[in-house]
Order: sequence, then C-alpha cells, then structure tokens
Amino acid sequence: MIKTDTLIIGAGPVGLFCVHQLGIIGLKCEVVDNLDKIGGQCIELYPDKPIYDIPAVPECTGEELTNNLIDQIKAFKTNFHLNERVEELKKIEKKWLIKTNKGTEFEASSIIIAAGVGSFEPRKFFTKEIEKYEGKQILYSIKDKTIFKDKTVTIFGGGDSALDWAIELSNTSKIVLVHRRDDFRGMQASIDKVNQLKEEGKIEVYTKYQLDSVKGEDKIESIAIKHDDDSIKEIKTDYVLGFFGLIMKLGPITEWGLNLDKKTIPVNTENFETNKEGIFAIGDICSYPGKLRLILSGFHEGALAARGCFKYAKPDEKYRFEFTTSSKTVKSRLGVKE
Amino acid sequence: MPKITYIENSEKSHTIEVANGLSVMEGAVQNDIPGIDADCGGGMACATCHVYVKEEWFDKLPIKEDGEEDMLDMAFEPKQNSRLSCQILVSDEINGLTVSIPSKQG
Repeated sequence: MIKTDTLIIGAGPVGLFCVHQLGIIGLKCEVVDNLDKIGGQCIELYPDKPIYDIPAVPECTGEELTNNLIDQIKAFKTNFHLNERVEELKKIEKKWLIKTNKGTEFEASSIIIAAGVGSFEPRKFFTKEIEKYEGKQILYSIKDKTIFKDKTVTIFGGGDSALDWAIELSNTSKIVLVHRRDDFRGMQASIDKVNQLKEEGKIEVYTKYQLDSVKGEDKIESIAIKHDDDSIKEIKTDYVLGFFGLIMKLGPITEWGLNLDKKTIPVNTENFETNKEGIFAIGDICSYPGKLRLILSGFHEGALAARGCFKYAKPDEKYRFEFTTSSKTVKSRLGVKE
Repeated sequence: MPKITYIENSEKSHTIEVANGLSVMEGAVQNDIPGIDADCGGGMACATCHVYVKEEWFDKLPIKEDGEEDMLDMAFEPKQNSRLSCQILVSDEINGLTVSIPSKQG
C-alpha cells in the first residue's frame, strides 16, 4: 500500500502541471497512467505536431511540451505508475483506497482525475466473428515476437506500427501487409523499406483491401480480404495483427458513482471538485459552463484543484497563498539554491 | 440556415438547421444527435465523428486534407465516402447535405 496525499489519474500535460502545483504547496502525489509513457494525448496523438497556444511559448511540439513539464517537476521526484489503469476506488473513513489493474494499491486523501478522454486502448477489427481468436491468433500488440518465427503473419494498418513490424518480422516470417488505401502514413524511410522488401518478394502488399471474414474452427486457417471494388481474396495465415492506432475509452471511471455528462465529469469552478468529496476532475475530462478544451485551461484547473486538495491532506493547517518568486518555502520545495 | 440531415445507423433520420460556419460535427453534438462522439472536440486527433456522406454530396464537399485521411485509417469501418464530420464546414452551398452515422465510433 502506497500512502500519499493525492493520487493523479493521467500523466498528460494537465496531470503533470498539477504535480507541480501540489508540490509547491507541499503535497505529495503519485501518478497512474494507462499508457507506457508520460505525456498523454500530446505524446500519443501529436508528438511532432506544433502547438501554438501555450502562453509564453510561441510554438512547441507535444513532445517538447511534455519534456518541459517533466523538467519543471523533477524536484518533486514523483513516482509514475505507467501501463496501469485505476480500476477501483473506495472511501474508508476520510481516505480513498485506490486499486489498479496490476494490483497496486494507494491510500490518498484526495484524487485528481486528469484522464483526458479516457484511457487509450487499441482499436480492434470490426468483423464480428473474430472475438474468439483475439489474444491468440489475432493480436493488437506484440509481447513475444518469437512466436511468429517461420509462420505467415498478416498485418493490417498503414501507420508506423504496421510498417515497423512488417519490416522487423519479415526477417523470420512470411509477411502479408494489408491497408485500406494506397497511401501509407508512416515515416518515408519505412515506406521505402517496405516497398523494397516487396520488390524482393519478402513482403506481400495488398492495398485498398480490408478484412472481410475469418475461416477456421478453433484456429484461424485463412482470412478473406475485400477490395474497394468488392472483389474478395483469400489468404492462408497463422497470425493476424491489427495496428489501427488507439481509441480513448472512459473505462472504469464510469463506475465510481461520479456524475457524468456525455463523456465528461461536471465540476464546480471554485476548485474543480466533482459530486464526490475529495475527487477532483481537471483537463479535457471535466465540464462546466464555458469549458474550453485547451491545455492552458487545464493548467488553471489543476492549480485550483491542488489548493482544493490541501484541506483533505492537512485538515489542521490553513493554506496560505505564496508566490514562487518570493517564498523561501516554495523555493526550497522546488530545490532552488540561493 | 442550411439544413443538414443525419441518419442514424437505425435509419432514424434527423433534419436540423445548422448555422453557417459550424461544422457538421458541431451541428450534431449541439443537437444531441446520437452516434457522433467527437472525443477530441474537432481537432482532427481522433476518428469518432466519422460519417458516411451520401454519394451525390461527396464530390461537392471540399476535398480532404492529408491529416483527415490519416485519421480515417483509424475509424470504425471506413468506406470510400467516409469523412470526419468535424472537417465539413456548414455553408449555404451544402444546404441539404445528408450524412449517415456508422454503427459505432470505435
């Protein structure tokens, strides 16, 4: 059991800046995120795309913003629990008990949900009969690539994951690459490499095709793919890999007794607390009149939510407002040497 | 105001007036048309406002930017007449546009 003042769900920009705001007022926190890296949508959806509306930063990419935020909180030595998703919350007396899908347990006096539009999960094939093969022969991520040795692997998708794995696995497996259109959206070097391997006969490529059906009893024997012109092609294959990017799902958040409005959590604008005492919501996931889904709004929401957490963490102390420029206490928390 | 028709997967049809300058996605969200999630809020960073544009309208719309086609790769059951509704701006020229909503968004 990890004891802390505040548990933050979500390691996107808003969660990261909230670590800072908690840190300067002397509260400890732990951060949980379902992704395997820090940065949320900034790092998963647009690491290379420029952002132009961060105050005093005329232009930066999602990755640069994330790295700067990580740098800004390094004095607090925050623990990040990545690849983990918070599943259960329970209130016992005045503390929240929190459990993740990996079994990590936390005890905190408050929780800040900075979960964006939910946790990222792989997009799946939309063919109905495939469910029974998922996790066996139909996979959306690769944990152990040795299982593909000397097998036929059909890869669906047109982005970097699809291209990278097609290239990598072509050394030891027979690869069929299927994409719904002629253009691939991966890095040019990868596209060139795939084309080269296609010329050499190491990768079969079918474009303007999508998965139509799967044949087999307990195991997949073959799949049928359908061209835009409705013609069908059958492919014998041992494995099917789908790389269609990630989709965001609210997941267990809907089961915690929080008020929900569509996919957002209504909050008050004084401290961004939800209908549950001690649970706050900030960033894209919260809603209130006038809400803008901007990173800068999330920073403001995090600053106020952090102050809201103070009374739960230190009920006998009074929160005192201080500036980072002048407060010795805040500077020492930030590790500033004078 | 231009009229836009949204047809749900159940074939239930909604024809509503949407102000010029809003996107077809915003018209749906503001009028509680089910089936258009628009998780990213119109930033072309997801594919959950995916619609099928009725054939006769498809060529009349401004062509897709590269980023839209990339996102459509990730949409649920994309077809040749797929568009992201956040990228279709409402104007008098598209008065009468009809779009169908896929059975789900992800």
